[in-house]
Amino acid sequence: MSGTTESGNVVLRIDDLQLRRGARTVLAGVTFGVERGELVTIMGPSGSGKTTILRAVAGLEPFHRGGIDVDGVTFAGGAPVHRETLRQLRRKVGMVFQFHCLFEHLSALQNICLAPVHAHGVKPDAARRRARELLQTFGIEHRADAFPRELSGGEAQRVAIARALAVDPPLLLMDEPTASLDPQRRGELGELLRRLRDQGRTLLLATHDEDFAREFATRVLRMRDGVVV
Amino acid sequence: MSIDLSIARGDADIGLSGIEDTPARRTTLAVTLPYYEFREVLSVRDGDAARFRTLADLAGRSVATLGGTIAYEILLGAERQHGIHAVSYEDDVHPYSDLVLGRVDAVLLDHVLAERRQRTIAGFTIQPQTVAIGHYVGVLAAGNSPLRDAMNEILRGAMRDGTLERILREWRVWNDDQPTLYAKLLAGEPVQPVIGLDPSTSVVTLTKWDAARRYFPSLLRASVITLALSCLSMALAVGIGVVIATGRVYGGPPVRGLLLAYVELMRGTPILLQLFVLYYGLAAAIRLPAFGAALLGLALNYAAYESEIYRAALEAVSTGQLEAARTLGLTERQVLTLVRAPQAFRLALAPMTNDFVALLKDSSLVSVLTVLELTKQTQIFATNLGSWVLPGTLCAALYLLMSLPLAALARRLERRWKTPST
Repeated sequence: MSGTTESGNVVLRIDDLQLRRGARTVLAGVTFGVERGELVTIMGPSGSGKTTILRAVAGLEPFHRGGIDVDGVTFAGGAPVHRETLRQLRRKVGMVFQFHCLFEHLSALQNICLAPVHAHGVKPDAARRRARELLQTFGIEHRADAFPRELSGGEAQRVAIARALAVDPPLLLMDEPTASLDPQRRGELGELLRRLRDQGRTLLLATHDEDFAREFATRVLRMRDGVVV
Repeated sequence: MSIDLSIARGDADIGLSGIEDTPARRTTLAVTLPYYEFREVLSVRDGDAARFRTLADLAGRSVATLGGTIAYEILLGAERQHGIHAVSYEDDVHPYSDLVLGRVDAVLLDHVLAERRQRTIAGFTIQPQTVAIGHYVGVLAAGNSPLRDAMNEILRGAMRDGTLERILREWRVWNDDQPTLYAKLLAGEPVQPVIGLDPSTSVVTLTKWDAARRYFPSLLRASVITLALSCLSMALAVGIGVVIATGRVYGGPPVRGLLLAYVELMRGTPILLQLFVLYYGLAAAIRLPAFGAALLGLALNYAAYESEIYRAALEAVSTGQLEAARTLGLTERQVLTLVRAPQAFRLALAPMTNDFVALLKDSSLVSVLTVLELTKQTQIFATNLGSWVLPGTLCAALYLLMSLPLAALARRLERRWKTPST
């Protein structure tokens, strides 16, 4: 088992993470760390527990044993995560889902502004300015007022990334980011993530895409049967 | 009115049951000789016997009667002349029980009904003055005059040989007015259908156009009541429905169980029964006004249906949307109000519109609580006109005028949310 880092500049540390669903063991003691500025991909066959790790780090999946530390926010398995810990965790982790999960009733700009305004108390004008900057950075400023159903897969993914980055979290999680992209869009995404990494962002991706991982990841973790091998 | 219609349709040959002789019936049906003369009398609470002697004494007061009767026509005239408020009931028992409860201040009905009710309900006085005189007749289909003539012969025979007197005495309704009536009839003298009711108030002699013009303002007023009742009931039903749905999605097992029981109770029992219980059943404990009881009854019933729509809509919002909202740091309350509810509302809009149109029509049920809404007013119009064709057409047009814009608005909103403008 490997994947731990010894650096003091660790943004994410996972220790002995264990998770069961009924009689089935999904994660059987996962341990690794991710340093600031890394782009780490978790690879493995379907059902190996890649997405479950991301969900556990994001506080969406309760686990039975072990612990997680995200930039100083720690929580352990076997007990519900305290509300205040969850609140702090949400500031540390941004998540981009496989199917983007943009809010259907809101425009791209409104999707990005929702959390800063309502969860983090940013003034609406400032949130809109920041959202437009993000959209401009990702080359989709002209789609600010479009609703999710009007966006292409690549555009929707960029909006989802912008939404996750709107509150400036140190760690960005992405689940199967290349699953619905053609080769050109896939390359553009890789370049975008590389730029984010260059800006000091830390990224943890779950993916099946071997070529993408080889080309853009700084480190690759492989999973099988609920453990990092 | 339903007896008249059944006779005209041919469901039965002869209609008999305290049916009043009116100009409308004489025009549209074959009417027998009158076999009983009754007086329209005013009943008031014992404590009011000295001050409410006539309709003129009841300005600004509520006076109850059976809808679609001569007494109701008299009360409509008194509304214009004396400023009373006419209240129409579906039966001849509740006007008197509501009189004693204080919901109305007087009842105008046939003396036969008033005296019979006085035997079972205490606390009201029948005033001695006669407001109008009417007659009970049998009715047959317009084309059935040979049978009507045969019945008239039998009635004349029963008047002559004392059979009618014996029957009426047996039922304790014989009085001195009857020999006078029988003498007139046996002498071949004509008998006016009603004495004491201005014949110009009858619509049966008017052209259809004039009849429509006469009744249209009251149909419009009734439409306003229907619309107001429906809008207020729906608003309340939506509010209660949202609370129930939220409780069923987010509440603990006891709350969910309790709310489910409410929903099943409301959906599993007839709305008519619920209205009766609310207005009459609880009257001893809570004396709700008719409009208030109607509003509350419709709202409580429809809230159960609305809550199921909202619950299904809330549960139809994908888990991914909720998890995305949570990872952004929104609280559970914010997830509900900013993400889940707005999306659920779009899903619920079409069935909600459907329910509102259904409520608009179901509001006609509240006429059993004496609320004079559009269908009830149409029924009164039809009774007085002796036909449903014109009143029914006007009524349908008014309902459509109310429901079609709602459906159009809902379609517009659905379109707007489906293809939002950019």
